[in-house]
Amino acid sequence: MSEPASSVRTVVVVGSSVGGVRTAQALRSEGFGGRVVLVGDEARLPYDKPPLSKQFLAGSWGTERVALLTEATADQAGIELRLGVAAERLDVAGRQVVLADGQRLDYDAVVIATGAAARPSPWAARSGVHVVRTMSDSESLQADLRRDDHVVVVGGGFIGAEVAATARSLGREVTVVDPLPVPIGRVVGAAVGSHFAELHRRHGVATRFGTGVESVEGEAGNLRVVLTDGTELTAGTVVVGIGATPNDGWLADSGLLVENGVVCDEFCRAVDAPAVHAVGDVARWFHPDRGEHIRVEHWTNAVDQAVCVAHNIAHPDDLRADRPVEYVWSDQYDWTIQIVGRPHRATEHHLVGDPAADRPRFAALYRGADGQLIAAVTVNWPKALVTCRRLVAAGSTFAAAVTQVEALAAAPARTAGAPA
Amino acid sequence: MPVLKADFEACQGYGNCITGAPDAYDIDDDGVVVLLKQEITDEERPRIEEAARSCPVSALTVEDS
Ligand SMILES: Cc1cc2nc3c(=O)[nH]c(=O)nc-3n(C[C@H](O)[C@H](O)[C@H](O)COP(=O)(O)OP(=O)(O)OC[C@H]3O[C@@H](n4cnc5c(N)ncnc54)[C@H](O)[C@@H]3O)c2cc1C
Ligand code: SF4
Repeated sequence: MSEPASSVRTVVVVGSSVGGVRTAQALRSEGFGGRVVLVGDEARLPYDKPPLSKQFLAGSWGTERVALLTEATADQAGIELRLGVAAERLDVAGRQVVLADGQRLDYDAVVIATGAAARPSPWAARSGVHVVRTMSDSESLQADLRRDDHVVVVGGGFIGAEVAATARSLGREVTVVDPLPVPIGRVVGAAVGSHFAELHRRHGVATRFGTGVESVEGEAGNLRVVLTDGTELTAGTVVVGIGATPNDGWLADSGLLVENGVVCDEFCRAVDAPAVHAVGDVARWFHPDRGEHIRVEHWTNAVDQAVCVAHNIAHPDDLRADRPVEYVWSDQYDWTIQIVGRPHRATEHHLVGDPAADRPRFAALYRGADGQLIAAVTVNWPKALVTCRRLVAAGSTFAAAVTQVEALAAAPARTAGAPA
Repeated sequence: MPVLKADFEACQGYGNCITGAPDAYDIDDDGVVVLLKQEITDEERPRIEEAARSCPVSALTVEDS
C-alpha cells in the first residue's frame, strides 16, 4: 500500500454500520495506507439497515444478504475491527477515543458514524411493543409477526408504512395510526401524499390518520391501544415508528459543538476540531448549496459523506465539500418509491402518469419558487428518477423537466429482461 | 485492467451508481443497470469503485482482470 499522502497515520472510525463501513473502505480506495480501526458497539458483523423493515423482516432475506463487511473483506482491506464495545468518550485534545472497556485508541483523524436510535415508545406496555432500528429489533418483531393477530403500527412515515406493508404481506391484519391527516404529505406534499395513504387502503390495511395514541397497555398477544378520539383497538403486536434521534450523547463532554447531531463544516469536519469528522445520520453539516446546516437520515447520504470524508482525510490538500442532492427510496407494497430533492419546498407540482392505476408507473415533478425543478417523486419508474436526479443536480427549469419526463412516458417500455 | 461486473438480477434500479460514475453506468427503460464499458483504467478505479459501493444491493463490483 502507498505511503500516506497526509500526516495522518491512524484513523479511528466510530460506528460500524453503512456510514462507518463505507468510510473505512473508501479510505483504501482513496489510497490511504495507514491504520484503519472500526469501532462498533454491536457485537455482530456490520449489517445494512434498509432491509430490516422490508425483505429481512419478511424473512425473505437472511443475514448474509444484509452483511456490509465480513471478517475476510475487512482483513483484505486492512480494516481492524473492534466490535462489541461502545465508544464512551472522545478526548479531542488528547486525540483518543475512550472505549467502554477502558481502552484508549489513539487517532490522528477520527470519524464519528454513530448514526441514530429509534425514538423509544412513549407508551409502556409489559411487552409486545416494538421499534425497528437494529437487526435484533427486526428479529424480535419478526417472531411476533408470526402470530396471527392484529398489528397496530404507530407512525405512518416511511418505516411505519414499510412495516405495515411487510406485516400485511405475511397475512396479518394491520392498522396504521398517525396524528397527521396525510403522514407522508409532510415529505411529498398533501396532494401526492394522499396517494400514499390510499395505497394502504388498497392493500387492505386500515388507517386512522389524524388521530393520535393516548395509551398502550397490556402484553404481547393482548394489547389495548387507546386513541385520542377515545376509540380502543386491540392488538397482538404494536410497532412504534415515530422517528429517530442522533447517537451523540457519548460526545456530551467532548467540547464538540453538538446540536441535534455533530455540527460540521462543508467538508464534514467538526467545527473547531478539524481532525474530527462526522458522516451519516449523526452529522449536521453545512450544505453549501442549501446555505444551512442539515442532518439527513438517508442511506445514500451516509455513503456520499463516507466517500467525501475519506477523500478529505487522505487528501487534506484537496478538500472536497459535500453538496449532494437529497435522495431516498422506500418500498411499500408493490410500489418502489424514489424521492430526489426537497419536495416540501415546492410551490406546485405536475404529475406524469396515473397514481390511481393498478401497479402504476408515475412521477411527480416539483417546481421551486424560481421556476426550477427542485424535486421529484417517482413510483415504479427508475428511469424517470435517474433523469430527474440529473435534472435537479443540473438546475434544470421545471418546464424543460416536464417535457423530458413526458417524452420518457411516451417512449414504449422495453419488455425484455436484463441486457446481456 | 480492472473490469466491471454487475448482477443484473439483483439490481433494483436505485440509480446511485449512475450519479457516482455516469461514464460507467446507466439505466435502461426497465430500470436495470447498463455497463457502459467493460474495462476501466487504474486511474479511474477509485472513483468507479466508490460508485459501485454506493449500490444499496451490492449489485456492482470492480474486479482485477
Ligand atoms: C428499518 C430502517 C429502514 C430504512 N430504510 C431506508 C430506505 O429504504 N432508504 C433509505 O435511504 N434509508 C433508509 N433507512 C435509513 C438508513 O438506513 C440510515 O440513513 C443509515 O443506516 C445511516 O447510517 P449510519 O451509519 O449513519 O448510522 P446507523 O445505521 O444508525 O449506524 C450507526 C452505528 O453506530 C453504532 N454506535 C452507536 N453509538 C455507538 C458508540 N457510542 N460506540 C460505538 N458504536 C456506536 C450503532 O450501533 C450502529 O451500528 C432506513 C433505516 C431503518 C432503521
Ligand atoms: S445502484 Fe445498484 S441497484 Fe441502483 S441502478 Fe446501480 S446497480 Fe442497480
